[in-house]
Amino acid sequence: MEIEQLEKVAAQVRRDIVRMVHGCQSGHPGGSLGCTDLLVALYFERMKLKEEDGKPVFDMDGNGEDLFFLSNGHISPVLYSVLARKGYFPVPELATFRKLNSRLQGHPTPHEHLEGIRIASGSLGQGMSVAIGAALSKKLNKDDSLVYVLMGDGEQQEGQVWEAAMFAPHHKVDNLIAIIDLNGQQIDGPTAKVMDNRDLGAKYEAFGWEVMEVEEGNDMASVVKALYEAKSKAGHAKPIMILLRTGMGYGVDFMMGSHKWHGVAPNDEQLAAALAQLEESMGDY
Amino acid sequence: MKKYTFTEKKDTRSGFGAGMHELGQKNPNVVALCADLVGSLKLEPFIKENPERFVQCGISEANMISVSAGLTIGGKIPFATTFANFATGRVYDQIRQSVAYSGKNVKICASHAGLTLGEDGATHQILEDIGMMKMLPGMTVINPCDYNQTKAATIAIADYEGPVYLRFGRPVIPIFTAADQVFEIGKAWMVSEGTDVSIFATGHMVWEAIQAGEQLEAEGISAEIINIHTIKPLDEEAILKSIAKTRCAVSAEEHNRIGGLGDSIAQVIVKNDLVPQEYVAVDDSFGESGTPAQLMEKYGLTAADIVAAAKRAIAKKK
Repeated sequence: MEIEQLEKVAAQVRRDIVRMVHGCQSGHPGGSLGCTDLLVALYFERMKLKEEDGKPVFDMDGNGEDLFFLSNGHISPVLYSVLARKGYFPVPELATFRKLNSRLQGHPTPHEHLEGIRIASGSLGQGMSVAIGAALSKKLNKDDSLVYVLMGDGEQQEGQVWEAAMFAPHHKVDNLIAIIDLNGQQIDGPTAKVMDNRDLGAKYEAFGWEVMEVEEGNDMASVVKALYEAKSKAGHAKPIMILLRTGMGYGVDFMMGSHKWHGVAPNDEQLAAALAQLEESMGDY
Repeated sequence: MKKYTFTEKKDTRSGFGAGMHELGQKNPNVVALCADLVGSLKLEPFIKENPERFVQCGISEANMISVSAGLTIGGKIPFATTFANFATGRVYDQIRQSVAYSGKNVKICASHAGLTLGEDGATHQILEDIGMMKMLPGMTVINPCDYNQTKAATIAIADYEGPVYLRFGRPVIPIFTAADQVFEIGKAWMVSEGTDVSIFATGHMVWEAIQAGEQLEAEGISAEIINIHTIKPLDEEAILKSIAKTRCAVSAEEHNRIGGLGDSIAQVIVKNDLVPQEYVAVDDSFGESGTPAQLMEKYGLTAADIVAAAKRAIAKKK
């Protein structure tokens, strides 16, 4: 897909995100908006996905296709919107987000059989381990497709992340592309103040990863280019880590760059102000 | 009282290792994972024949559980192995989110459960694992009684789709069940029929219950002994059928009396058919260092304790 088209999809996804969070007056818009360009680039451009008649087909095993795991499950709005816009489930279902009897739980889960979701996440630090397991499964199945996982930068404070960081190079899990959303914010404030995990690149390099640093994580062309470069590095005995610099709340001016919009929903006025900044390119649900 | 004899003693963990060896040969999807305890889990024969299907995780149990969850995606059947303490308490949230809530086909196989790991002491003697695991929705909890039954259970859980906690131990104990048994998950095993008291035992306590049954018989008391190898799902029908006849119950387990087999049975009794029940279990405490035999005696988990509990239960009958 052309960059311009991907950007249009991203604008619609951002509309979905603020509307979903507004609709239930809860959820996490900040990180969702910041990772929108990445998820759109993955699902609408980079990932090899099983499709029939131009529509994605979901099965739990995902053999023969690339897989994506969201470890920082609180940014579920962006994943739900991208999955729906891609065609995994009906777009109007986005309106049920975080409401009773919905398949769109606050944090993603396969428990409600939502197409596109393969693991529960929300309790942080587990997703990279899960992705490693799925990558090992692909190797055992002689399946040469790739496994992606997204984590938060605050999430790097979880000890299990470093167990996985040690494991993947040791076992040469080179069909794994991990991405850290480097937005520098977490609930209690700037990550550097709460618990500084400085020099993540040096840390992962020291653990044996192939590390890429991408400064323009909200520039679609840069994100797509980085994802292709990462793919070209796969299969060379090392897992790949992309440190993706993003802006929390990107795309909605008053939400940008502050941890205050980590887990707060906009009111009616704020919603209108946000939507005025985002093109309705695919039609609201 | 049905007579049980044995010619050999072995540890239940070796039954697990033997089961894994057989699974390695007949099920190409079975993958073994271990957190630096290959020898203790008796995995060497599996690893020797299937090196590509063994994943050494190092001392990183949390990662091991979540990697196991990921391995199921693509159709693998991961057996995640370590000591029971590190397989449950240490990684409860990983099991809860990545395995149970995600509905993953992971087999958590835990050795050195209970007091009988002995000298290592309370840090390693988990007595709360059954409780933690049975509280997770969708989790199957199995605690077999000897080498043969552990081997059969290991093979059986590979064919069952869903998360399983399989608990076994370190001490060498008599082999008294059949080598060719077919293990039925959730189906209690009638060890010996009786009429005066029902003894529901699990794991290492089944052999103690058999010895207790013989002592009771010598005193003219007829004990019905039932092996509850599957604590969840619980065979309620077998329990109710037995207490309908005997009108009193004893539960026996190498576990805290809170949250274990005894409480599961008590729920069945309270809900359906009120009869007296006595617990043989660790009385809400941690263990300590000692030989397995010393610990079982000090913490009240011997045949003599079951005999005393049976008499108390009978005395309370209306």
